[in-house]
Amino acid sequence: MADWWQDLIDKFTIAFVDHNRWKFITQGLANTLIITFFAVIMGIVIGFIVSVIRVTHDKTGKLKVGNAICQVYLAVIRGTPVMVQIMIIYFVIFAAASTSYKIPLAILAFGINSGAYVAEIFRGGINAIDAGQFEAGRSLGCNYVQTMWYIIAPQAFKNAIPPLANEFIVLLKETSVAGYIGVEELTRGAFSIGGSTYDYTLPLLAVALIYLAMVVGLSRLVALLERRLRRSER
Amino acid sequence: MNGKNIAPGDVLIRAVGVKKHYGKIKALDGVDTEIRKGDVAVIIGPSGSGKSTFLRCLNLLEEPTDGHIYFEGVDITDPRVDINVHRQKMGMVFQQFNLFPHMKVLQNLTLAPIKRLKKPQAEAEETAMSLLARVGLADRAHAYPSQLSGGQKQRIAIVRALCMNPDVMLFDEPTSALDPEMVGEVLGVMKSLAQGGMTMVVVTHEMGFAREVGTRVMFMDEGRIVEENAPGELFGNPQSERLKSFLAKVL
Repeated sequence: MADWWQDLIDKFTIAFVDHNRWKFITQGLANTLIITFFAVIMGIVIGFIVSVIRVTHDKTGKLKVGNAICQVYLAVIRGTPVMVQIMIIYFVIFAAASTSYKIPLAILAFGINSGAYVAEIFRGGINAIDAGQFEAGRSLGCNYVQTMWYIIAPQAFKNAIPPLANEFIVLLKETSVAGYIGVEELTRGAFSIGGSTYDYTLPLLAVALIYLAMVVGLSRLVALLERRLRRSER
Repeated sequence: MNGKNIAPGDVLIRAVGVKKHYGKIKALDGVDTEIRKGDVAVIIGPSGSGKSTFLRCLNLLEEPTDGHIYFEGVDITDPRVDINVHRQKMGMVFQQFNLFPHMKVLQNLTLAPIKRLKKPQAEAEETAMSLLARVGLADRAHAYPSQLSGGQKQRIAIVRALCMNPDVMLFDEPTSALDPEMVGEVLGVMKSLAQGGMTMVVVTHEMGFAREVGTRVMFMDEGRIVEENAPGELFGNPQSERLKSFLAKVL
């Protein structure tokens, strides 16, 4: 057997097999997925509420205070790095919290961050709907909420899928920042292995491959969903 | 509500001094008229004359800057009035059809009856299917709007409004976005509606329809009703210079 092959096997064994080091990767992956999953849900909920407040304000002139709050939220979140936001949440706002709340606090930070971007995506999706759709709904006697919910929102959501998918792909990768508050996520898993073996090559490569596989898989899924939703436009 | 027992010939809609200003532009500059039950009131006029704006004021899609709209005796411009209740009885058909593209035809037709009139789904679908059959489109019930021709879309849009069993139908240039060969099928549906006794207010450039189907024709210009008469009189014996010159251009 070639030397380089044997060498690779040795390095692989040291990086992932000895001392069950592969667990850094699997545990990190699990945490990354948990943070991403719940942050996405939180981002959608926040984004939906914020976009509805903003659109309602722009359309009807109501909700002035709510709109002002949303504007500040959007400016602050989009105007500062997510790394600073997560550290402020962990080291300042929840400084007194036990270290066992790292993951919930990471979810909170990424959820609040993502909500701002999702809000603008939803708002763009709603504004892209022809005003005639809204008028048709209202002319049938549907109230504002019914028109929004049954007529505008489903179409806006369809418009929003590509940018939304993009946002979640960014989010998935951005959760690597959670390592800075000590969350054992995927990227930090590679670091932990490298730290004890003094060789970062394989762990970092492995982690990069895992991110890549997840993003490619997610993109495929979104393409599938888009095609299903586009049935009505044949 | 005192709208229950309106007999043919009674006033259904009364517009009093309706004005609509966009900044300094006076789209409507004081419109007064009455629509009576059974009327087929056709509004004609040059573009920019305010005819569409006036029609859209009737169901408050445009809120008048000043003046009042009474529908079945109720002042619907009063902010305390729940406009949704009254809009249910005023069907509207748009130039651009405005079907809901994410729903099949049948869902387009049953959404408002189910959500607003609280009809059971089966009953709403039954009504929708029988109305669809009347415009010859029963076989398109499960199609998406994008699979229909313009004429079919507009006939479906008319049926959608009819599914709410309205007391009046408002048509905002219903044939203006259609290819010429499809205009006839839509006008045919409107004509049969009129013959069935439906009260209609129609903004259109179809002078043939105005003359043949209209019971009254209103000529609007610069935000006012300049002349209003039975179609034969209005077309045959125009009084104002503006109407004369308009008719000379379009006839």
